[in-house]
Amino acid sequence: MATQHSRSAARIMMAPAVILLLGWMLIPLTMTLVFSFKRYLPLRGGDLGWTGFDNYVRFVSSSAFWPSVQTTLIIVGGVLIITIFFGVLLSMLLDQPMWGQGIVRILVIAPFFVMPTVSALVWKNMFMDPVNGLFAHLWKAFGAQPIEWLSDLSLFSIILIVSWQWLPFATLILLTAIQSLDSEQLEAAEMDGAPPLSRFAFIVLPHLSRAITIVVLIQTIFLLAIFAEIFVTTSGAFGTRTLTYLIFQRVLESQNVGLGSAGGVYAIILANIVAIFLMRIVGKNLDT
Amino acid sequence: MGQITLNQITKSFGDVQVIPPLDLQINDGEFVVFVGPSGCGKSTLLRLIAGLEDTTSGEINIDGRDATEVPPAKRGLAMVFQSYALYPHMSVRKNIAFPLRMAGLDKAAQDAKVEAAAKVLNLTDYLERRPGQLSGGQRQRVAIGRAIVREPAAFLFDEPLSNLDAALRVNMRLEISELHQSLETTMIYVTHDQVEAMTMADKIVVLQAGVIEQVGSPLDLYHTPKNKFVAGFIGSPKMNFLMGGYAAEFDATTIGVRPEHLSVSATEGKWQGKVGVSEHLGSDTFLYVDIEGLDEPLTVRSSGEVALRHGDIVHLTPDPEKIHRFDNQGLRMA
Repeated sequence: MATQHSRSAARIMMAPAVILLLGWMLIPLTMTLVFSFKRYLPLRGGDLGWTGFDNYVRFVSSSAFWPSVQTTLIIVGGVLIITIFFGVLLSMLLDQPMWGQGIVRILVIAPFFVMPTVSALVWKNMFMDPVNGLFAHLWKAFGAQPIEWLSDLSLFSIILIVSWQWLPFATLILLTAIQSLDSEQLEAAEMDGAPPLSRFAFIVLPHLSRAITIVVLIQTIFLLAIFAEIFVTTSGAFGTRTLTYLIFQRVLESQNVGLGSAGGVYAIILANIVAIFLMRIVGKNLDT
Repeated sequence: MGQITLNQITKSFGDVQVIPPLDLQINDGEFVVFVGPSGCGKSTLLRLIAGLEDTTSGEINIDGRDATEVPPAKRGLAMVFQSYALYPHMSVRKNIAFPLRMAGLDKAAQDAKVEAAAKVLNLTDYLERRPGQLSGGQRQRVAIGRAIVREPAAFLFDEPLSNLDAALRVNMRLEISELHQSLETTMIYVTHDQVEAMTMADKIVVLQAGVIEQVGSPLDLYHTPKNKFVAGFIGSPKMNFLMGGYAAEFDATTIGVRPEHLSVSATEGKWQGKVGVSEHLGSDTFLYVDIEGLDEPLTVRSSGEVALRHGDIVHLTPDPEKIHRFDNQGLRMA
């Protein structure tokens, strides 16, 4: 009996949750929008009135803007390539029957449980430190000059740290996809004369394409917002200033809330462009 | 050409020997059916021939060449799987062309062969579809098409009809037999359904626990089963077995009588019993008659017009020519 009564009752029942969610989302969004049209300098006079699109123009015309967009895209792209490449490899390895499978699989997932701040600090101090880091010792053992990871190869180092965190996620999703592959298909391909590499290219990879798109979509959304890894390692120096980090600097370091808010709006637009783009690819892949 | 000889083949998984030493000769152009209850090793045997499993010992000979160590793709055999194993992301055309593409054939030659195979299998209208958009029977035909284009020395079928509904199964059975007639290629077919075996085979291989119980033509197996297992497995409904006093009368430990070789009479006959369930199929009636001293009722096949009811007393007489006698080992007595 889905009558008018029960339907309106349902609406009333759901209302608190919907209002809470909307408020949670809409209030910060509106405030960001409002601030972005204001000249608002908390420590230098506070609210100084409306300025129109001034903040937007200043944010984009700043010399730091385009490099930060580029950095963001390099980090996201780099992490995606590394995690998917090694994710496919690792998931195929883990799919093989082996001794201690359960423990190995849990160990592989482990990095995902480490908080970003902690893992970035561990990498910075225990691996990449040019004096005491493990890498430095390794380099010295071969008589080479240790690399100053976070200043010389800063962008690569951050990609490495973030990839390490996200590899388990990719591996896990790809592993479940690989396990659902019908072994008779592989045997049929083997009978049809396909050598191992062709079997991978023609059977395994197409089977994984859906899982790969899902990994790309989810990771992109999270990777656009990485912050802690940059904050605790390079603090945005050495060309590691992403869009997110630039916004943080404008708001907290330059104490210019209006300018930062304008940047926030740009970030929202960028994320949505990427999301729409990805949704279409995923939609296409999920259809077939 | 498609002559396959198995010489003292064995297969073990760990400590478990699923196929004890086994010899088998399959001649060129023969339609051979491996039949047996599930878990009897018939699929394993097929996979050994295909090369998808390695033999533990023994030798497989294909067309006079030792093929024991030859990889599956190089044996010149094509296999149709139970799940069809079509590649879901490729169109029907690409599915059928896949083995040709792997063999490095040029595009024009691929197309010609695919078109030809599609024509034989009535798939021409479906070439651009994906397997997901096809019915079970069509998928089956695509799988067969993928096998045909390779022009193999022999086709291997692994229970190809078990995923189809009953009506379609009969159709596909005819189509495969038809295909065998026109291609004249060796076919090896695995099934647990003795009706498929009887209707399609030139030669039936009855397996139990990895051991070949009997090899022969369908009618050989029907008329002169070597032992009780084959006697019970071939023929539908199953053969009746009588032991004790009933068998002693014929100097045997067990005697077997097929349901179609028992005549029913209301007044007189050799054995007296009470009618249990009767199944009316129109053309035939299957009667289940309880006879004193037997654990299981005897199955009797009689004409469709029998007017017997539950609880009626009937008399049964076996056709003396058609009684199968077995000794205490379960082997046939001359």
